[in-house]
Amino acid sequence: MSIDTKIVDDLVANDVSFVTTVPCKQLAGVIEEVEARDEIFHIPSNKEDEGMGLCAGAWMGGKRPAIIMQNTAIGVTINTLATLTQYYRMPLPMIISYRGELREPVACQVEMAVHTKALLNQMHIPTYHFHKESDADELDAILKYTFMCNKPVAILTDASFWGGYGDQ
Amino acid sequence: MIRSEILKEIAPILRDELVVCNIGIPSQELHAIDDQPTNFYMLGTMGLASSIGFGLALAQDKLVISIDGDGSVLTNLGTLPTIGNNMPSNYILMIIDNGSYGSTGDQPTYAGMRTDLAAMAKAAGCENVIEVQDVDTGAKLQEVIDSGKGTVMVVKCDSGNAKMPVITMDPVVIRDRFMKAVAS
Repeated sequence: MSIDTKIVDDLVANDVSFVTTVPCKQLAGVIEEVEARDEIFHIPSNKEDEGMGLCAGAWMGGKRPAIIMQNTAIGVTINTLATLTQYYRMPLPMIISYRGELREPVACQVEMAVHTKALLNQMHIPTYHFHKESDADELDAILKYTFMCNKPVAILTDASFWGGYGDQ
Repeated sequence: MIRSEILKEIAPILRDELVVCNIGIPSQELHAIDDQPTNFYMLGTMGLASSIGFGLALAQDKLVISIDGDGSVLTNLGTLPTIGNNMPSNYILMIIDNGSYGSTGDQPTYAGMRTDLAAMAKAAGCENVIEVQDVDTGAKLQEVIDSGKGTVMVVKCDSGNAKMPVITMDPVVIRDRFMKAVAS
C-alpha cells in the first residue's frame, strides 16, 4: 500500500469526511487520494486560515475535518489557531509538509522550518514529526487523540519521510 | 440606515436560521438585539465569518447565513472564489457594506471607494449576487431565503455603530449551544 493511501485510509477510518487542502508537492499524492475518495468532501482553499474557518464550520455542522498544508502556513495561521480553533475548543488534525528540513533544495524554506516547532510549542499544539515511513503507524492514534481532546494537532512530515525531492 | 438598524429590522427573519456573525461590533449588536442559540458569535479571527458559515453550510442541510462586513471580506478575499466554485443551495453570504472598518473607529475601506464587492463576487464565480439598499434588506433577504438559492447579498448602508456591551459569554458555551441548535 502506498503511504498516500495509508494516510487517507486512516482519515476515513476515523470518520474524517471534510478535508481542505492548500497545494504541496510532497502532499500531492495525498491530496489526489483525498479527492478520489467518496467518503471525503474535498474543498481546496486559497489560504490556510480560510481553510481553518471552513474546518471550524464543518465541525460545528457535524463533520470531522482535517487540513493539509505546508509548514510555512503556521506563520499565517497563528491568530486563527489561537482565537478560533483553540479559543472555541475545536479539533483539527493538520497534516503538514515540513519543508526546509534535511534534503531541502530551497534555502528560503529553511527560514520557516527553524521557527516551525518553536511556534507550535509556543502555541501548546501537540506536535508529531514523521521522519521515517514507519512513523506514520501512529497516525491512527494521533487522529483519535485529536478528536478526543478537541485541539489542533500538528503532524509534520519531512522530506526524508517522503523519500526526498526526486532527482538529487 | 446603519448596520444596527438593519440587524434590528431583519432579526425576526434571522431568528429561525443558523447565523454566523462577524467579529466585533456586528456580533455585539446582534447579541444585544436578539441573542439566540442559533447565532454563532465570532469573538476574534477577523475575516473568517464567510468561511466558517460556508463550511457549516457544506457540512449539513440547514440554511446558513453569514453576516460579514466589507472590511472583513477584504481581509479574506480568497473566500469569494471558494464560495463561487462550490456554492450549495443553503448558504447566504450577507456582506453589510458600510464602507468602513466599524469596530476600529470607522476608518474608510476600499469598498467605500473604487472597489465593488458585488462585482468581485461575480468575477470570483458566484452565480447569484445582488446588491441591496439598506431599507430593502428585510424584503430582499426573505426573497432570497424563499428562492432556495445560494446567494451573495451586498447590503449598502451608512457607516456607524450602536453602543452595545461586549459579549462576555464563554466561547465554548457559544459554540456548544450553537452546535446543539445545528443538530436539533
